[in-house]
Parts: sequence; C-alpha cells; structure tokens
Amino acid sequence: MARYSIFALARNALRRHRDWPLAWRSPEPKAAYDAIIVGGGGHGLATAYYLAKRHGITNVAVLEKGWIGGGNTGRNTTIVRSNYLHDESAGIYDHALKLWEGLSQELNFNVMFSARGVINLAHDEHEARELRRRVFANQLAGVDAEWLTPLQLKEFCPILNVDPGMRYPVLGGALQRRAGTARHDAVAWGYARGADGRGVDIIQNCEVTGFDIRDGQVRGVRTTRGEIAAPKVGVVAAGHSSVLAEMAGLRLPIQSHPLQALVSEPVKPVMPTVVMSNAVHAYMSQSDKGELVIGAGIDSYNSYAQRGSLPVIEETIQAVVELFPITSRLKMMRQWAGIVDVCPDASPIIGLTPVEGLYFNCGWGTGGFKATPGSGHVFAHTIARDEPHAINAPFTLDRFHSGTLVAEHGAAAVAH
Amino acid sequence: MLLIDCPWCGPRDEVEFSCGGEAHIVRPPEPANLSDAEWGDYVFMRQNRKGVHYERWCHGHGCGRWFNVARDTVSHQVLAVYAMGEAPPEV
Repeated sequence: MARYSIFALARNALRRHRDWPLAWRSPEPKAAYDAIIVGGGGHGLATAYYLAKRHGITNVAVLEKGWIGGGNTGRNTTIVRSNYLHDESAGIYDHALKLWEGLSQELNFNVMFSARGVINLAHDEHEARELRRRVFANQLAGVDAEWLTPLQLKEFCPILNVDPGMRYPVLGGALQRRAGTARHDAVAWGYARGADGRGVDIIQNCEVTGFDIRDGQVRGVRTTRGEIAAPKVGVVAAGHSSVLAEMAGLRLPIQSHPLQALVSEPVKPVMPTVVMSNAVHAYMSQSDKGELVIGAGIDSYNSYAQRGSLPVIEETIQAVVELFPITSRLKMMRQWAGIVDVCPDASPIIGLTPVEGLYFNCGWGTGGFKATPGSGHVFAHTIARDEPHAINAPFTLDRFHSGTLVAEHGAAAVAH
Repeated sequence: MLLIDCPWCGPRDEVEFSCGGEAHIVRPPEPANLSDAEWGDYVFMRQNRKGVHYERWCHGHGCGRWFNVARDTVSHQVLAVYAMGEAPPEV
C-alpha cells in the first residue's frame, strides 16, 4: 500500500498525478474465505479492517451488492457524537469517538474529522430537564457534556434564533465539544484501502441471495457471482438486515424506514457547529464545501425505496427557517433518503445469532455513522473470538427476550 | 407521496393518516403462560418485508377509523384496502 504524505503528493505532482496507484483492487471472488462480511458500508469495511489488523484474519471478503459506501454511509448527515443516556451506550459511542479522534492517522487517509461541537436544543421545560439529566449522566460516564443558556448558545452559534417569542422557544441546550462531523465517503474509502492493503478482498456488485446453513452452522453464502464458502459470516446490511435475516431463518425486531437529508447551495462559512433539535425535528451543520447539511425525520411507514416523502421535508424546512432565519431564501440543491434499520429501543444489535458462525451487526437506525469505527472494532472482535467484546455485550439480540433493553429514544435525536 | 383510499372517506393524502405498523398480530390469549421468548416475539419481533407488507392505518385527521392496507414497500403502491378483522387478501 503506497503511503500518502506531502512527499508522495509532491512526487506525484511532478508526474502530473498520472501514476497514483489504485486505492484498492477489484478482485474476482475466491471459492472460500476464512470470513465473509456482507455489506460494504463503513461498518462492514471497518469490521474487515480490524479483523485483518487486530486479529490477523486477512483471508476475508467484503461482499457489497452495489458500490462501497453507496448506502447509508454516503447518505447520512456526517454527525459524530457520543452523548447518549445510558452507560452501555456511552461505552460504545465514546469508544467510537475516541477512535475517530485518531482515525486519519490510523488509516493514513484524511477522514476530515472536525470536533466542532454538537448542540442539542431544548424547547420546553420537560425537554430541558431531560437534556440536563443526560448532561449529568454523560459527565458521570466520563463523556464531556455541558449545559448552555440561550445567550451562551447565541454566542456559540450566532445564526441561531433564541428569540423568546418563537413558536417553540429555545430554553437552553446541551453541548458536547468533542463531537462534530467527518467526511462520510472518506471513512468508507479509508477503511477499504486499509483492509485491501492487508489482503482483504473487496467485492462490489455482488449481492448475497442466500446462506448455506447445515446442522445449525453457517458454511457460506450464495451470491449473484456464485457460491462462496466461509465458516464465519458477519452481516452488516443496515436497512436490508431483516431481508438477510429471513434468508437465514431468523427474526429481528427491526423496521426499515426512509430517513431523509438535504443540502443547500454552498455559502460562505456561517455555521460553526452542529445544532440538533428533537422537538421541532431538524438538525443542521455546514460542510467544508459550504453547503448547509440538513437532516429530516423518518417516514412513519416501512419502506425500502431510498426516497422519502415531501411532507417530512416540509416540516423540517419550517423548523430550520424558524431556528435559522438566515436560511429563509437559501436554495436547496439535493435531497435523498437512506433506509435505516430502527430497533424498538433505538440501540443496535451486535453479536451472535442462533446459527453458529453467523453474526449480525444491525439496528443502528438513524445514528449509525457516528459509531462506524467502534462498531467495526467490536464486531471484528465478536467474529474473531466467537464471543462479544465487553463493549457490545449488552447489545445482544436476546435482550428482546430477557427485557434488558437499552432505551435511547431520547438521545437518538430522530423522532421515531 | 401516498394516496390512500380510506374505506369511509375515499382517496386522501398521506398526511391525514398515521401508520400503525404490521397488521394481523394477535394478542396471545393467555399471556401469563408464555415463555420469555414467546412474549418477546409477540412484543418486539416484526415482519419487515421488502415487497408486499400488510399494515394498519388510522385516518386520524378524517373519520378517525382504523383499517388495513396491503402496500408494496419498494414502489409504495397501495395494493388493497380492507377492514379490520378481515383476512389479508392475496395481492
């Protein structure tokens, strides 16, 4: 793997950038691997990377039905934070945030992680109490969090409207300073390059159509490019997790919904941070290109269509214009949706299944991007050791039978 | 954007309705006798089909009544509308 550096840049500039090596190969699938990862999004590629790097399992294939990072990895609003309520969530999301902080160096690929802070607004007394409870819970769990008054919020983000006469006035907000944004595509590409460089085969345009399961043990997968054998299969398929689970004869508590986002025309820097509001349902940040990146809510009904409905966007834009009056004449350039896999307790499922050698990592719902490095790290451990890492041990499928849910609807930020 | 044919009010815009999730889930007659796994399945496990999905809708901003819908989760086409208690139609 050719290392990227200022010297490599200068060297290649002299050759007019004609000799850059490909960042990853496009190999034909082999007949058998030691492990297969189904799903070439950020989580799947991170899993393959950590399998190769931390566990020495390099004979691995990542099977992606489309192109890598083309699903929710390329469709989210790039927000990274770890201010969830419960200790279990603080464990996994803060684990991810710590990995984000060194990820560009780790991967030798600029993922453009920017700790510009994330603010969660409160618009009524109850929400203010709940948010302050979360701030205290975060502080006890070792996650940075602080409470800001409307005036402090205005100082931190000058374009925010804190007029007490608003329909839903801003009563305060929680700030996590270590949180921020990252470049979503770069995360997939960086992990793909790192995994490929350690021998992992990344196979695109290869859809899994079934599992080969005999005597309760997975033996491989059937794909649109033939059968591939492996004693271990990890499924990281986001919105399509239920479809794959059904192929394996499993049931999941997951519902798939479209979650929308949109971006404005590029403007000069106006938005120094990320602002999220659960109550009026909008969140906004500014990309390095200058586009305002706006997150909307989910459609209430199940869908696999990767497009959302207009009433949801209308509601979000109303909220954004009220919160940021500066945006009222801005043109919106693009709008899209990703299919999110929502769990009843808004927490993920990462672990073993009743089928030996088959592992699922799903249920991240509306907030999986932020967890990408941590999710891949603990899922690789789960696959390599055939037992969960202490960090993902609470996030079993079995919790829906035992009742030990990790209820994070309040902190998940997207109403569902 | 969905156009849903309410059995009582006729075709209306989706914003008048709310979706109540999977239809035809029957509450177990004797919950006290269920195992944790059976109760967990009843409460949490759901169909999540890519294709025809049978679900409940309520015309909250209209007649206020519940009914069942068979809908394709990829094309969003509403394939059938039928009354609560009726068996799911073949579509």
